[in-house]
Amino acid sequence: MKLPDIRGSLKHKFRNWAFRRTVETGTVLLNQRRIYILPTRQFFGFGFVLVLMLLGDINYNLSLGYVLTFLLATTGGLSMLYAFRNMAQLEIHAGYVEPVFAGEQARFVFHFNNPGSLPRHQIHLHDDAGHETVFDLPALTSTPVELALPATKRGWLDSGRLTLYTRFPLGLFNAWSYIHFDVRALVYPKPAAPQALPIAAAPDGSGKTTIRGDEDFAGLRNYVPGDAMPRIAWKALAREQGLQVKEFSAQQGQQLWLDWSQLPDIAQERKLELLTRWVLDADTQGLHYGLRLPDGEVIPQHGPAHRAECLRRLALYGIPQP
Amino acid sequence: MKLSAQLVYGLVACILMVSAPHAEHLPLWVSAECGALLLWRAWLARSGKALPPRWLLLGITLLSVVGIAIGFRSLFGREVGVTLLILLSTLKLLELKAVRDATIVVYLSCFIIITNFFYSQSIPTALFMLATLLVILATWVHMQTGDLAFKPRLRIGGMLLLQAIPLSLILFVLFPRVQGPLWGLPQDAYASSGLSDTMSPGSMSKLSLNDAVAFRVNFDGEAPSRDRMYWRGPVLWDFDGTTWKRGRNATTQKSTLEDTGMSLGYTVTLEPHNKRWLFALDMPDKLSIPHRLTPDFQLLSEKDVSTRLRYHAESLLSYRANPDEPPRQLQRALNLPRGLNPQAHELAQGWRTQHPDDDAAIVREVLRHFNQGGFEYTLEPPLLGMNGVDEFLFQTRQGFCEHYAGSFVYLLRAAGVPARVVTGYQGGEYNTLGDYYILRQADAHAWAEVWLGKRGWVRYDPTAAIAPARIESGLSAAVSNPAALPFMARNPPPWLRNLRFNWDALANQWNQWVLGYNSETQFAFLTRLGMEDISWQKLALNMLAGIFILVGVFTLLLLRRLVVRSSDPVQASWLRLCRKLGKAGLPRAPHEGPLDYAARVGAAHPEVAASMDDLAARYVALRYRAPGDDTALLAFKRAVASFRL
Repeated sequence: MKLPDIRGSLKHKFRNWAFRRTVETGTVLLNQRRIYILPTRQFFGFGFVLVLMLLGDINYNLSLGYVLTFLLATTGGLSMLYAFRNMAQLEIHAGYVEPVFAGEQARFVFHFNNPGSLPRHQIHLHDDAGHETVFDLPALTSTPVELALPATKRGWLDSGRLTLYTRFPLGLFNAWSYIHFDVRALVYPKPAAPQALPIAAAPDGSGKTTIRGDEDFAGLRNYVPGDAMPRIAWKALAREQGLQVKEFSAQQGQQLWLDWSQLPDIAQERKLELLTRWVLDADTQGLHYGLRLPDGEVIPQHGPAHRAECLRRLALYGIPQP
Repeated sequence: MKLSAQLVYGLVACILMVSAPHAEHLPLWVSAECGALLLWRAWLARSGKALPPRWLLLGITLLSVVGIAIGFRSLFGREVGVTLLILLSTLKLLELKAVRDATIVVYLSCFIIITNFFYSQSIPTALFMLATLLVILATWVHMQTGDLAFKPRLRIGGMLLLQAIPLSLILFVLFPRVQGPLWGLPQDAYASSGLSDTMSPGSMSKLSLNDAVAFRVNFDGEAPSRDRMYWRGPVLWDFDGTTWKRGRNATTQKSTLEDTGMSLGYTVTLEPHNKRWLFALDMPDKLSIPHRLTPDFQLLSEKDVSTRLRYHAESLLSYRANPDEPPRQLQRALNLPRGLNPQAHELAQGWRTQHPDDDAAIVREVLRHFNQGGFEYTLEPPLLGMNGVDEFLFQTRQGFCEHYAGSFVYLLRAAGVPARVVTGYQGGEYNTLGDYYILRQADAHAWAEVWLGKRGWVRYDPTAAIAPARIESGLSAAVSNPAALPFMARNPPPWLRNLRFNWDALANQWNQWVLGYNSETQFAFLTRLGMEDISWQKLALNMLAGIFILVGVFTLLLLRRLVVRSSDPVQASWLRLCRKLGKAGLPRAPHEGPLDYAARVGAAHPEVAASMDDLAARYVALRYRAPGDDTALLAFKRAVASFRL
């Protein structure tokens, strides 16, 4: 039972040693120095068939059989060149990765530019754990390719070293290359199960009041990108008044502190998850909220940028910055 | 990966194309079963229904194998092997689930193509092979390209095939050839009907209906006249009343041939006929391949001619053959079965008493008898009974060459003149395009040889006495009803004849250079190309060198279209500038416009800020504001060229 693991790790170590590459930034050009080619298992099956055919040709003196055997053999050989050609001279650079919550899939985007007039077929991109995506690259275009990797932990998710391979056109040869970009996804903590927001404190510290939700409806204003979905006035939309957003006047001037120190005594990760949930809820409800963590605070604000900053702080809490 | 319906159609097409040429020699029910199975598979793919269960497939397989075993009475041998291979490949399609397994079907298809070459290696077969390969390659590419449309797949397959052709040509010419067989060649490797080593009434006229090519001949110099073209085959001595046979030579004394001039060289390309004899003009003198010459001047190959054979021969058209034939052999040339054909014996005895010492005069008497006795040359002679020679000579008087040659020898032997029957081919059809002669089975002929003391064995052709046209112009001129003859022995219209000649000339070249390319022709060809001391190591080296050169050329050609440089000169100059800056550590970001880029470069290197701004402004002007300004473009190009960081 243990053996495969040892083999696997040895293989891994060997590959790391043999194909060692540093993490790269910018645009990577796939040139002949970084494309490796080896025959596949099918190649050996094909070779076996060819040898059988050649023996038949010799024995029965089949001239046309020689022609067929040689045609197939040279086609097989040429397919190596085709496999290389399918990968060569591609330009790759990493794109922006949207932050995700733990438990979701981080979508790494790589832009593959095919600078030639030849379309490329069936290129596979996968990581060492076997998450894979397959794509074609039309001629003279740049194609964004998405590789979804599971984000299990909060913090930074490195794409790791990725393998790019193709078996085009006949599957007899495997041409591959490794790319390891300096690209990482920010993974927010997984939001806890829905839970009521804590009591908001007045700015003057005069005491605690509960938030009254929708009762303080103040009016409608025009939608701007980034407004939370629950606040869209669907009824107004149905009345054909355009896309409008409900505003709550009661929230003006009220500040909600999401405070680490106020939390019950639970595990650190649970605390972060709970705070994440609250940040999301407070943002949805359009509240002004602040975040207080043992290593600093984010002063109350609202809006997408604020939400992103809060979540970032939660994601990276306690993780040393590289 | 699951099989798409498209891929299944491709695989069905592959199996269909590779087994189609076999349809004519497969048992009918196997062809029908395979066709039905293929249709079924295509329908399943179309309707998306599940594949048949395992037990059903197993049942069909077992039943079919049992059927084949009963039909062929064996499960071994080539025919059975091919039948099984086709059947099992078809059945394999019905249990195919993953793309990976489809590779096996592709390999099997390639293998089935080669089995077709047992039956035919003609030019149409070769062309069909290329078409089949194209379909196979397109299907194969399909496995690696997912949902690529049919046309681009066909193009990729076609390009692969096209590029493989020159490479495989090098392999074909230079691959060190080993002379097979490596293991026992089955008896059914080649089957053909041709001349046999016995002659009975009807055996030659039966061949006269056969249009197949027996051999082709290229003369080194002038061809002899048609009436001297007697292609010697089996020599027949023993007669049992109906059939002439070769018998056993009573001597081992080597034949002697006295040259009286007229030596002639020529090359024969002999079609396989599964017998040992080789054909050469009367009388054969030298031969380029290993052979045995019997005491009666018959050429025998060392083993059965089971592949097409090419040899050079020299013959003497004027000769004295075995003037000192040993008596025991001469005695064989006088033997006749006892008690048969009394009238013939009587006739012969009459001539003997007229010319007691002159054998040649008796020969003349017999020929005169044939010529003036009301004899007729026909393809459909009446059947003959026990005293066949008597019946022919005195009642029916209708016969083909075997009747005349047989009764001629019979009469001479009855008169005490040693004689024997010689079979072979006579004449030949000249192909003006290829400058060679074609001998067909229909040209099979029988004549006689008479031993005349010091003159040795002398050829006499009694057929010439009845139907001289047969010897001088061929069969169609000699028989009264040419419609009964095979097509090419008749007189077709000239354009059709030319077409047939063209085709045969092409087929001849194909036979000689492609199908007949073996270790000997390879040696001869490469020597003619100027290669010396040919050894297989040298061949292999040359082959590898040739392949490397071609692969190099291909690499250059194939990798040419990987990067397309912009054809716009303004853009090209600008990109040149960007590359210069990129090398200096300031690459342009993909999102950066020319002016922003210039500003950034200027900030990083204030010393070039002004010229960089100028260049960017000029680029923008040339590209967007006033395109087509040639003087400005030239100035811009110069400025880019002289720009240094």
